[in-house]
Amino acid sequence: MTRELMKGNVAMAEAAIRAGLDAYFGYPITPQSELLEWMSKRMPEEGRVFLQAESEVAAINMVYGAACTGARVMTSTSGPGISLMAEGISYIAGTEVPAVIVDVVRGGPGLGNIAPSQGDYRQVAHGAGHGDFFPIVLAPSSVQEAVDLITEAFDLAEKYRTVVFIVADGSIGQMMEPVSLPEPRAIQREAPDWAVTGAEGRPRRTLTSLYLQPEEEEEVNLRLVRRWREAEANEIRYREYYLDDAEYVVMGFGTAGRVALSAVRAARAQGIRVGLFRPVSLRPFPYQAVRELAEKAKAFLVVEMNGGQMLDDVKAAAQGQVPIRFYGRMGGVVPFPDEVLDEIHALVSEPPTLDEDPRARWLDNMQRRMS
Amino acid sequence: MTVAAPTKPKNLKLVYQRPESLVDSATHYCPGCTHGIAHRLVAEVLDEMGLREKTIGIAPVGCAVLAYEYFTFDGVEAAHGRAPAMATGIKRVLPDRVVFTYQGDGDLASIGMAEIMHAAARGERITVIFINNAIYGMTGGQMAPTTLPHQVTTSSPRGRDVATQGYPIRMAEILANLDGAAYIVRRSLHDATNIRKAKKAIRLAFEAQVRDLGFSMVELLSTCPTNWGMSPVEAMEWVRDNMVPTYPLGDYKVAPELQKLRV
Repeated sequence: MTRELMKGNVAMAEAAIRAGLDAYFGYPITPQSELLEWMSKRMPEEGRVFLQAESEVAAINMVYGAACTGARVMTSTSGPGISLMAEGISYIAGTEVPAVIVDVVRGGPGLGNIAPSQGDYRQVAHGAGHGDFFPIVLAPSSVQEAVDLITEAFDLAEKYRTVVFIVADGSIGQMMEPVSLPEPRAIQREAPDWAVTGAEGRPRRTLTSLYLQPEEEEEVNLRLVRRWREAEANEIRYREYYLDDAEYVVMGFGTAGRVALSAVRAARAQGIRVGLFRPVSLRPFPYQAVRELAEKAKAFLVVEMNGGQMLDDVKAAAQGQVPIRFYGRMGGVVPFPDEVLDEIHALVSEPPTLDEDPRARWLDNMQRRMS
Repeated sequence: MTVAAPTKPKNLKLVYQRPESLVDSATHYCPGCTHGIAHRLVAEVLDEMGLREKTIGIAPVGCAVLAYEYFTFDGVEAAHGRAPAMATGIKRVLPDRVVFTYQGDGDLASIGMAEIMHAAARGERITVIFINNAIYGMTGGQMAPTTLPHQVTTSSPRGRDVATQGYPIRMAEILANLDGAAYIVRRSLHDATNIRKAKKAIRLAFEAQVRDLGFSMVELLSTCPTNWGMSPVEAMEWVRDNMVPTYPLGDYKVAPELQKLRV
């Protein structure tokens, strides 16, 4: 298959079009704007819907409306936009309609900056809106993986009638890499049996997230939990590198995982038995796989571009079975492989204890580095 | 006790019946509330235009949150104020369907101000039925953006003080200034004559949509006897005596193609 050099945002957009996207609604925000711009050019060429909304609030509600008709629909934004979309995301989840959302994460909180970050992990994987629901969250670590996950995201959204996030930090969105794009898929034209399309020759259908009777709402809540357990059983995705004989395990997702892989390779060259575990599905999180590693490994090193948001999930999975060290860069700073290699050395030479708080040691180290 | 179904007498023509678009059920609306009238007018118009099976209605957050329960066509329920954005999403992927929102004054003129303005500016081919009763009904009678000066509500207990709480917003006048709007009018539901005029306006608003002319909205001055603390009759009179002077009835924008139309 031929490969093309493409920017992440553009590649994700084109992959979505080839996955049979019917409609895109979005709002400009750095570092995802090229995705919207590509859609503005390509969607009309394909005779499909592109609309630049007046805000992220409107964009997600346009997505919500289009999703109710059974259309394949997506939006893309960055952290501040996810905050504004939280309302609509919750309605989409409560109404049980499928939608795909790309979050090209930037530094925060607040206006923050436009540099790559993983600071939205908790917002997207643990929150994403009010009420009880579980979005599927996928995190690529290369442009190619982003392309592959976009295609899969639509299938998952439709299978589980849920919101699927692609969490790509700013560097995935902005960097150019060679990618091979999938062949275009036919647009799905058969509307699903729940879609609101006009009650022609059939009884009316209504789509709502309103259930005034608590027992009725509880029934919906339980259905969402059951569906989520199905996703937990079938949709956990992760990548393992050099783990077969590893005594030490580095964990990181997205760009942090990719940087850590370079460090792991360098450490291996020095004879250190270290491997990398890279979660791809942040939700459902691979708790079981992490738990099994915790039973075998001498120590974990968790590397993130945030203050340890995934660390808390790793700790929950490890259940105190393994000592954990943490290394995070924040504010849009991307760690270099050498920094992670230093952390691997420290992991081996001064191993953490089981009862220590990984954040405390990390903060002390950062304090020393800054002063 | 069983009652025999009434049989249609011979030689008599049926001139009045429940519209097919309307569900045969009681509503949750308060006695004297004009939501029932507005629902019926929409249903009659869609029946007369033969659009029931092509229509998707969008309910707001507010007293009409369950509006989709009362119609026999497809419906969805929007987040507060976002119905025009949701309608946009539906209409853009299904351009041959008829899409309308049904929104109250808090929904449309307060929290949903951005969405209604931009839907109109884009000339979305949607129809908006705007219920203006100068109060938040469902949440218990708080001040709305359309509350009249000095009007007492549960959140303006000393009456709306324009110096600190601002002035009523006249949505029809504002939206008529936008180039994307094809049909923007204000009517009232306080008596039979005005109800007939309102129905004609709703017809023209849907005509604007099916003729692809642009955005259409009918603002309907409406009652809220419960939160106004009035009897149904007093509420109708209050609309006539207090709301109509603040919110003048009339046509604010009518596309030339609609001016010639006889409905």
